[in-house]
Amino acid sequence: MRCIKNKIEHNGSGAVTLCPEEPEDMWHAYNLIRPDDILRASAIRRVTTVQDTGSTSSARVHLNLVIRVKNLDFDPQSSQLHVSGQIINETPHTKIGQFHTLDLELNRNFTLEKEIGAGGEGVGWDSIAIESLKDAVDEGGKRRAEAVAVVMQEGLAHICFIGQFQTILKQKIEMSVPRKRQGGGDHDKGMNKFFKVTLETLLRQMEFNTSLTSGANNEAVRPVLLASPGFVASGFQRYIQSEASTTTPGLKRLLPSLVVVHSASGYTNSLSEVLQSPAVKRLLADTKYARETKLMDDFLEQLRKETNKATYGPREVEDAVEQGAVGRGGGVLIVSNRLFRSQDVAERKRWVALVDRVRDVEGGDVRILSSDHESGKRLEGLGGIAALLTFPVIEPDLDSDAE
Amino acid sequence: MSRHRIKDVDYDDDDFYDDDEELADPEEQEFLQQCTTAVLQQLRAGQPSVTATKEEVQDALWHYYNDIEKSVNYLKGMFNLRGYPSFVVLPIAGLRVQLFVMIRLTEVLHAGKREKEAAKLQKSKIQPGLPVPAYPAPPSTAHFSAADFFRDCPWLNVPSHRKSEILIEPLYPRLGLLGGAPENGGKLSKLAALAAARKKKEGEKASSLSETSTPSTPKLEQPTPLDHSGTSRSLRDRLAASGRSTPKAPEAPGSLRPLATPSSSSHPIPKRPEAETKKPSVSEVSGSVQRVVLEAKEEPEPQQTVSTIRAAPSTFASTIVGAATGPTAAEPSHLHSSSSDLLRIYGQDHAEPFDFAAPSPDDVVLNAQNTAKGMKSKSAASKSAVKKGQSDLADGMKELSVEDKVTVKSKNLDVISEYKKSTRKRSANFVVIGHVDAGKSTLMGRLLADQGAIDQRTLDRYRREAEKIGKGSFALAWVLDQGSEERARGVTIDIATNQFETDKTAFTIVDAPGHRDFVPNMIAGASQADFAVLVIDSSVGSFESGLKGQTKEHALLVRSMGVQKIVVAVNKMDTVQWDRERFEEIEQQVSAFLTTAGFQDSNISFVPCSGVLGDNISRRTNDPHASWYAGRTLIEELETSEPYTHALEKPLRMTIGDVFRGGVQSPLSISGRIDAGSLQMGDHILIMPSGETATVRSLEVDSQRSDWAVAGQNVVLNIANIDPIHLRSGDVVCRPSSPIPTISSFTAKVLAFEHLMPMQVDVHRGRLHVPGRISKLVASLDKASGSAIKKRPKIVGPGVVVRVVVEMDQAVPLEAPTRIVLRAGGSTVAAGLLE
Repeated sequence: MRCIKNKIEHNGSGAVTLCPEEPEDMWHAYNLIRPDDILRASAIRRVTTVQDTGSTSSARVHLNLVIRVKNLDFDPQSSQLHVSGQIINETPHTKIGQFHTLDLELNRNFTLEKEIGAGGEGVGWDSIAIESLKDAVDEGGKRRAEAVAVVMQEGLAHICFIGQFQTILKQKIEMSVPRKRQGGGDHDKGMNKFFKVTLETLLRQMEFNTSLTSGANNEAVRPVLLASPGFVASGFQRYIQSEASTTTPGLKRLLPSLVVVHSASGYTNSLSEVLQSPAVKRLLADTKYARETKLMDDFLEQLRKETNKATYGPREVEDAVEQGAVGRGGGVLIVSNRLFRSQDVAERKRWVALVDRVRDVEGGDVRILSSDHESGKRLEGLGGIAALLTFPVIEPDLDSDAE
Repeated sequence: MSRHRIKDVDYDDDDFYDDDEELADPEEQEFLQQCTTAVLQQLRAGQPSVTATKEEVQDALWHYYNDIEKSVNYLKGMFNLRGYPSFVVLPIAGLRVQLFVMIRLTEVLHAGKREKEAAKLQKSKIQPGLPVPAYPAPPSTAHFSAADFFRDCPWLNVPSHRKSEILIEPLYPRLGLLGGAPENGGKLSKLAALAAARKKKEGEKASSLSETSTPSTPKLEQPTPLDHSGTSRSLRDRLAASGRSTPKAPEAPGSLRPLATPSSSSHPIPKRPEAETKKPSVSEVSGSVQRVVLEAKEEPEPQQTVSTIRAAPSTFASTIVGAATGPTAAEPSHLHSSSSDLLRIYGQDHAEPFDFAAPSPDDVVLNAQNTAKGMKSKSAASKSAVKKGQSDLADGMKELSVEDKVTVKSKNLDVISEYKKSTRKRSANFVVIGHVDAGKSTLMGRLLADQGAIDQRTLDRYRREAEKIGKGSFALAWVLDQGSEERARGVTIDIATNQFETDKTAFTIVDAPGHRDFVPNMIAGASQADFAVLVIDSSVGSFESGLKGQTKEHALLVRSMGVQKIVVAVNKMDTVQWDRERFEEIEQQVSAFLTTAGFQDSNISFVPCSGVLGDNISRRTNDPHASWYAGRTLIEELETSEPYTHALEKPLRMTIGDVFRGGVQSPLSISGRIDAGSLQMGDHILIMPSGETATVRSLEVDSQRSDWAVAGQNVVLNIANIDPIHLRSGDVVCRPSSPIPTISSFTAKVLAFEHLMPMQVDVHRGRLHVPGRISKLVASLDKASGSAIKKRPKIVGPGVVVRVVVEMDQAVPLEAPTRIVLRAGGSTVAAGLLE
């Protein structure tokens, strides 16, 4: 995402103009835009005019619309963001107050304005918003490293795109592979068929051009992680190799970027293990998701070892912060960004305040995890918020009765 | 049925009939002789007397099925009409000639042979070059009502019911004679002889001889007035053609050739296997009798009535049917010339071997069409086997229907009582567990080999092949490790089941993989087991690593899946020289661990053994170092297992272990173990979670066909009426009346093997393997009393019993009480009971 214009006032109000450049930027936009924000973007609207005689005619017109956001709809699979709201600028074709859904498009600027109302009803550009804006703006395009992961087991494969901020499950392949049986060769046949379908799907999802003559040959190929329990992944690698040497020589470009790693199962749950494997770490050194995964593992490790020096859950973490346990000297607050996406302004304010307090007052570390990553999903399971504490906190048992 | 053939064709250049006729058997010959004598007598006695050769008489007899009177009539007429010098010309004028056209190929064949011989004879003896017509001569007039035959029939599309035997008698004797006089007298074909015999039998039954002109069976006569058919056209056409040409140019065979040659070339006879022509069955002969009797209208015979009801032929018909002589005297049409071609083509369709056993014309048409299209569909085949007139049409349509519903008739057995009645051996399933490379597969391979469940030849082959890839010691394991990947890597990947029997018990082995990556497969195997055999590698270092590894995990798993009894096979004792101290050390450590895992002391037993050598498996070891062990061998230990009871009366539940193509007969099969309830052939089953129903076509229990199966048995169900896409391993088979609920969230009481907190887990139940997450730790529980110790614990450590809420992404078929296993990150974190 490129930042075209930045006019954020000190009080937190102001507007930015952004240009999304890649699909992941839509996800950033999804995190930035909140209900009640003002969004200006180009739109195509079908306008129906009714003549005096009653006859109608409709036409599609390009417009620049300004809407007050009511709702957001994000489709991670296709990275599309639909923002609906009421039009607040007047155009020859629309009236104020009409509803419109803006579809943000790549390489088309949009302007996002956040307000702080007189009564404090808006949240404006708070610290979290500023931070995610920083995350979103990537001038040099350095952060584009991504990988494709194929997590598989017999008859099951998940093709995931691992980006900086999100892991997208592109496609799930499920196929019934006959088990080994006495004197039956169906298993090998079934596995071959499974590999074939998986490879086809993978190439389609990667938009990989297998023809030798095409000009796309010099395009860099993203690393492809093949992960499975047992020998499925290596079998798949062998299958790709044999395909490359026999039927589709174009696949040879793909071969160097294949990495076989171990995973506990063919479900996306086991992506964390994939991302933590040494081979992948070397390949994708110091990427955000690798750090996040590490952080979650550390937290869980601490929870196991010193149960009282780690806590999770909204109430528990707030209590711990209250007691000053998430401060200097190892206190880490881990928050899923889902919490800030809350429709409820008060809810968002609560978490922003907590984050600000830990960072500014207590001096602890704050990590905001992407809920669309594997590590973020694990955090979700713990209530979306967790904390590593500087000293053990004994939780009051009363909590359990209250909830 | 375009096999109506006229014999006035020149077969001289036809060399298809060289084969010798078989001699009829003596009895028939004798009978024939008698008849011959009788005919000759009558001929001589008749006014005027007629002399005929023996061969001619026999031939006539053959055609008339040994009907003496008819033969006499025929011979008289023949000699009268033709007046060949070699024959005595009968002075009687207006003698009728009965014309028989043999339709059946066999008869035509024989007739053809005779014809050829006769022609030769006549050429050489009498009038060389004279084309001697075959026995049936075309009628001189077109009184023939064949025109009526197709009056209401579409061209070349004659209704099948009309395509049958045609019995027409000629108006007047026309030129041409019935049959030549073959010189090889007495050489009747078997078929002919049989026909003769049959005819005689019929003759005996017949009350009078007045029916002399109706030589075929009454049944065949019935349809005469209606039997208009396209084939009769061909007959008539040829009759007409030859009829015209013969009198005009009797001395010019060349004029006949153009007609004769194509008809004989398209004639099916050459294609006929000789064997079939001589099939001696009487029924076949009777079935094969199809003839056209051209009967004179003026004939004062009973058959006359048939011809009188005929209407005048249509113009079209008369055109085709020798219009020149017809009473209607229609002028020749342009159709005339082309009709013979058309008919020949039509005739070729039927130039198929005729199935004499199934004499329906429908069959012939259907089969011919099918063969022509090269698709001998099963339905057509079955159709020709079962023959019942018109109803077949409906059946055929049903069979051709796209919707291929398989209906299986249920025997409606009372399965429970069948089971109680049955005298099956006690059966037991056991799972073989242990750390990777403990020798599980090899041990079981040895057990199977010793028990004769696997033959020596196969074993030798495995040994050779294993040695070829440098894994000689894996030969025994290959008995169970059938997968190519498994063999190449020397590691069991998936469970393998196998059966063997001792005197008392039928055992089913479930060989589980030991590698940690394949624990899900092991769980599937363990869910099928009544008891477990834990294999432990006794060699130094291996035992210790195993105890930390899957030895422990597997033992905990089988225990938490409800297995009570465990046999510990301390394997590879040969590598430690049957060291008693080593054995006792292992025994002590393992039993201590198993006891804490929840096995009762009385249910744990230890056997020192060696899988590779086979010591203490089914025979006692000879090794002197092992003399200290006086306990039971492994097989004896297995036999001590008590029979297990299963929930027979409960609603049917079966987890699908595998979906596969069983073979041509059973394109879709599922296998698994029935957890509860019973099942029989023809049952309708419901597959959850897809909710689709299927029908059980047949089922196998322990690889043997059976009509029913009950809980506890390993079955293969061959099912139908379901798309395989609805079947996955892990799905549950139940009855539509009592379906298993599908749930996406459940509460379970589990024993934690690792730390538990809200986390992502894989939920396993048998083959079922779905991702999920522990969303809430409800309370940690007291192991003994089950009462809550601490509500909403943040985290629970290993060994704690805790009640958890598990949520899954997809709805899965689960119901309480079911034993489930929760795994995360490649290790088992908890196992317990669904509540």
